[in-house]
Amino acid sequence: MSATQVPPLPTSLAAAGPALATSYPVERLTLANGLRVVLAPDRSAPVVAVAVVYDVGIRSEPPGRTGFAHLFEHLMFQGSENLEKLAHFRHVQGSGGTFNGSTHFDYTDYFEILPARALERALFLEADRMRAPVLTEANLRNQVDVVKEEIRVNVLNRPYGGFPWLKLPPVMFDTFPNAHDGYGSFADLESATVPDAAEFFETYYAAGNAVLSIAGDLDPDRARAMVERHFGDVPARPAPARPDFAEPDLTAQRRSSYEDKLAPLPAVAAAWRVPDPIRDLAGYLPYVVLAEVLTDGDASRLVERLVLRDRTVTSVGGYLGFMGEPFAVRDPTALVLQAHLPPGGSVPAVLDTIDQELDRLATDGLAPGELARTQARMVTHLLRDTDAMIGRGLTLAVLELQRGDPGLINELPRWVASVTADQLVAAAATLRADRRAAVEVVAEGAK
Amino acid sequence: MTVAGGKRELPELAPPGALQLPDTVEATLPTGLTVLVIRRPTVPLVELRLRVPFAQAETTNAAVLAQTLLSGTATMSNVQIAAQLQTIGGALSVGVDPDRLLVSGNGLVSGLDRGLAILAEVLTGASYPAGEVATERERLADRIQVARSQPSHLARVALLRRMYGGHPYAVQTPEPEQVRAVGSEQLQELHAVRVQPAGATLVLVGDLDPAAALDSVAAALGGWDGAGRPVELPPTPPLAPGPLVLADRPDAVQSSLRLALPAVGRTHPDHAALQLANLVFGGYFSSRWVENIREDKGYTYGPHSAVEHAVAGSALVVAAEVATEVTAPALLETTYELGRLATLPPTAAELEQARQYALGTLQLGMSTQAGLASLASTFAGFGLRLDYLARHAEALAKATVDDVAAAATAHLAPAKAVTVVLGDATRVEAGLTGLGPVTREPA
Repeated sequence: MSATQVPPLPTSLAAAGPALATSYPVERLTLANGLRVVLAPDRSAPVVAVAVVYDVGIRSEPPGRTGFAHLFEHLMFQGSENLEKLAHFRHVQGSGGTFNGSTHFDYTDYFEILPARALERALFLEADRMRAPVLTEANLRNQVDVVKEEIRVNVLNRPYGGFPWLKLPPVMFDTFPNAHDGYGSFADLESATVPDAAEFFETYYAAGNAVLSIAGDLDPDRARAMVERHFGDVPARPAPARPDFAEPDLTAQRRSSYEDKLAPLPAVAAAWRVPDPIRDLAGYLPYVVLAEVLTDGDASRLVERLVLRDRTVTSVGGYLGFMGEPFAVRDPTALVLQAHLPPGGSVPAVLDTIDQELDRLATDGLAPGELARTQARMVTHLLRDTDAMIGRGLTLAVLELQRGDPGLINELPRWVASVTADQLVAAAATLRADRRAAVEVVAEGAK
Repeated sequence: MTVAGGKRELPELAPPGALQLPDTVEATLPTGLTVLVIRRPTVPLVELRLRVPFAQAETTNAAVLAQTLLSGTATMSNVQIAAQLQTIGGALSVGVDPDRLLVSGNGLVSGLDRGLAILAEVLTGASYPAGEVATERERLADRIQVARSQPSHLARVALLRRMYGGHPYAVQTPEPEQVRAVGSEQLQELHAVRVQPAGATLVLVGDLDPAAALDSVAAALGGWDGAGRPVELPPTPPLAPGPLVLADRPDAVQSSLRLALPAVGRTHPDHAALQLANLVFGGYFSSRWVENIREDKGYTYGPHSAVEHAVAGSALVVAAEVATEVTAPALLETTYELGRLATLPPTAAELEQARQYALGTLQLGMSTQAGLASLASTFAGFGLRLDYLARHAEALAKATVDDVAAAATAHLAPAKAVTVVLGDATRVEAGLTGLGPVTREPA
């Protein structure tokens, strides 16, 4: 359980009182094999979410194996020691549940959300593939084909495919782990082998490198017994040493552009490095709020200026981390802004205006109420995300994985609310053009 | 790989619980606005859905109205509206389709009264200022232009045109030039005639006291009144099978397959059986079609098939993006799986698996404030309440193999489908022509 004492809040939030904080009960345990487990009972609906996250993601792919973390995620659904191909899907859905998995820069998740009656079945399914996925040539070739279709749907056959999450990292970063294409090249995917997969599993899919979380309609005593029953004999393997992916900050502006044959309008994305989200949380939080001050809705700085007043962009967005998950990413990462321009729009002019607005914020500070209202909206988003049991389960698992404390889920609203105007203005002052990486989409589809 | 100890047994499911439906408190204001309030105190928030009937509203004006409803009133600018909503942790958004205008939002429940007051001001006093309208119609035109470069949108446009012919559902996206021609006066006029409480439904879900919330709504929105009158849509025409429509998208690396089949509405006696037949065919991952074209053949990533309900009619829509080189084989497997289920009954095990999925996901869909609000609002648009789910669950539980086989024969037979393929015609036409007649058209 985590503390529920409420620190002082900015005025508009304080008015709403302690009701703003959640007090989700959270229990932790660690099995003898090193698997960390988080339980979050909530009996408000007869559903339960099971999530397993592994501490491996796109950044851990070996050179020559771009896209492998994601391809491997697909292989984890292809059968395991006691489950033939297709059985995992059928057992989850035939229990009334849904499932998915996703690959991120720093972790990979697998999850089910099901009627509470199916909890033990879901634990069985996750334990079976944590113990021993069945990795075969036929399944590998089939899933390479499926992943290629996924890349065609999301990147190659549509405008702005992979913009900017695949397009910015190679501009901003120099080392392979941070800069490479996380979806992978077709050549790398096609050359992947079963032994590659076995080695990847052996190294990264260790019990000691994973967190299991269960959130929802559960009895903690019975859930602990089920976890022990199904995961207790998963072989103990320690977590591999996590490499240091650090890179120095930019010292000069970087600009890049590429032609998108399908895109009808120009677009641009810009990013600046931010403090380490884990080791320097206090330094990092102002940037999380800054992204929203700049882009959340019609009353935000950049929407008001660029969209509503100047009409130099048709939309603008901003977020932390290339996948927009501020509390599930490690260093090095960035504050990202992206904008789509009207036909014939000028990218350099838009970047100049963004610089002006950042400078105005750094120089003149915030308007009365501007920070508090932005924070209030962010608190709503945080609460809403964890109202869904799967959102809660995944957040708990990643907080345990990356920060060693799932109880922090109850602190997230306070983290956001704790950022002061001075901190925010100081953060804005660091977003200078000479630290910026930007990538422009040249709209070849307009012709 | 092997592990000592031999085969492990899959755990049994615990006994099923009864479907849990939340209580809904309902009232209709003298103005004709129906209010549905559901208490779900999981987080200190409220979800809001206001559904206003918009049948037969002119497509272009309706689209621009949705884009500009929040652009200002006599006393508030667009920026002030957004800022005031943020102050209560809130935001509103507006969407439109041929059935309804939908205002959606959420925020801290402590700000409900303030949020309702802002909503009321917008509903009674949206002014559609000329400058803001000029900005927003350009943005909308840009967004439509971007949509038209996306295969999913182009395939949808081609399918709707093919399905609905002269019905208002046939064209749901205006032309950018039409959007650019809309001015404040047309929007003010459309608002005056159609943004009215009669027949509209407001859903609130959250950490609320329902009686107090009803009072708040009555106080805030009681003055939203006007001369609304019901507008009906004609029923959708029956699908008219014919040659496959091949919409050309030169150089596409994938083809978008779309098939539409006849379906029935939610309250039709065959609805549960049809839903189960669709699941067995392709309506979830563990279906024949997905296991075939994805997990066996690797033709596609995310194929899906669903019964889509609109007020004027329902249809079953089958959709997949497949590699260009396997376009015809993927269509062949699709019609094979449809035909197989239309002519041979499913197994009892297939039906049971689909039934459990249908029943379980009902419960999942109601387990969040946002999910409940959207469900309640959608059902309200069809004259239904959440208790419909209890009747539907009963029908799902009772459906037999024979019922599902009969529904499949009536609805899934490939001869009843209208089919559209969006792709690189020069590369896919020959293969498709081998499967049946093809008509080519530009995308």
